[in-house]
Amino acid sequence: MSKINKETGTFAVKKGLAEMLKGGVIMDVVNPAQAKIAEEAGAVAVMALERVPSDIRSQGGVARMSDPEMIIEIQNAVSIPVMAKARIGHIIEARVLEALEIDFIDESEVLTPADDVYHILKSDFKVPFVCGARNLGEALRRIGEGAAMIRTKGEAGTGDVVEAVRHIRQVNEDIQRVVSASQMELMTIAKDFGAPYELVLQVKELGRLPVVNFAAGGVATPADAALMMELGCDGVFVGSGIFKSDNPAKRAKAIVEAVAHYQDAKLIAEVSKGLGEAMRGQSVAQMEDKDKIAGRGW
Amino acid sequence: MKIGILALQGAVREHRKLLQRLGVETVDVLNPQDLDGINGLILPGGESTTVGKLLVRYDLLGPIAELGRKGLPIFGTCTGLILLSKYINNSDQPRLGLMDTYVERNAFGRQLASFEADMCIPVLGETPFHTLFIRAPYIDKADSGVMVLLRYQDKILFAEQDNFLAAAFHPELTDDTRVHAYFIRKITSH
Repeated sequence: MSKINKETGTFAVKKGLAEMLKGGVIMDVVNPAQAKIAEEAGAVAVMALERVPSDIRSQGGVARMSDPEMIIEIQNAVSIPVMAKARIGHIIEARVLEALEIDFIDESEVLTPADDVYHILKSDFKVPFVCGARNLGEALRRIGEGAAMIRTKGEAGTGDVVEAVRHIRQVNEDIQRVVSASQMELMTIAKDFGAPYELVLQVKELGRLPVVNFAAGGVATPADAALMMELGCDGVFVGSGIFKSDNPAKRAKAIVEAVAHYQDAKLIAEVSKGLGEAMRGQSVAQMEDKDKIAGRGW
Repeated sequence: MKIGILALQGAVREHRKLLQRLGVETVDVLNPQDLDGINGLILPGGESTTVGKLLVRYDLLGPIAELGRKGLPIFGTCTGLILLSKYINNSDQPRLGLMDTYVERNAFGRQLASFEADMCIPVLGETPFHTLFIRAPYIDKADSGVMVLLRYQDKILFAEQDNFLAAAFHPELTDDTRVHAYFIRKITSH
């Protein structure tokens, strides 16, 4: 056979991994034992971090990238992809995670931002990135920087799904505006959204985001997860919702099944039985703005 | 002709799009009754441990394996290739076990080793095929009944055996319909 020209770290290869995660659940884990429970339950990937968002919330302090040793232990414990979080704008944390051969980096508002003006230029990396977004403009700015996957920001660590719902509904509404607009209107829409014009054109052509879009931030029950799928998300991140509940193994499995069969209400009823108490959580409506993290990043 | 696409998890809509471009009716397979009346089945890429568990939970593993043994043409990409194999190195995960192949999972390494490349695949004609390998498996070795369609550095990346077709790469992530057309010819000639 003639010489083969292999290209790694291309946008197609990054986006390709996100495509393979569709219809799946990605679970936050803080140690190898939890990672194994997640894998056993049918998670498509795990997010390795030191503290789940609800603990970051209650304990306060600066939240940073996790200890590499812990990340490596989790990588060795499971065969599914392992993701990890870097602080917004923290180029070096991202490089460290890439050096650890992490499968996906979440440039995450859940951690304390390292840069309050600039996000990481993700196209500089060979490892794919996922980023949070509250609307189409924010999603397209992140994709413009090289993100290969988007997720709603929601309001992490609350167990309240209302913000994630608000964000996916906003993205959907923005996409509808692009799709129904004439070509002549698109530059003005790009300006209004603060979005790269070329990516607005892609949304117009595709009728959806050009990359996979997951739900995140407040999903606590199988019904929450199925709701996000019903609203058009491609899959679901569950953070504190699993390991802050009474019976993590059972709840994790139930959420996986509810996502795979999100239109089958009988099945969701069945898997929702006897899961024990969900994470207690806190209502976003009763929170003060300063306690919300979705506003981090732009 | 109607082709089922296993829709428990993974790159389902990409396969659907390519089949529709070829004028084929598709049906998403989520439950055993969805298998009724299909002429072929596609097992898309996804996470093989997840899909394997859901196949068992929803009583799909047995019925699909049975249909395969009775001659239903089945095409697996990536995770699908793993599920079709009898032997998976270092794993006891659920599988259909229909092809006499020995598979290594995540064989090229983690995501950083994922790659794309143009490869010459003689059964698809002279124009190279653009292949994407995403945390891909490969077939380490295969028994004599297996026909190798693409080999690269001693690893088998595309193969067929009787009514089964398996690719370690993702033709569904390209606009090239040749692999799907090859599968459809397999169905019509079967």
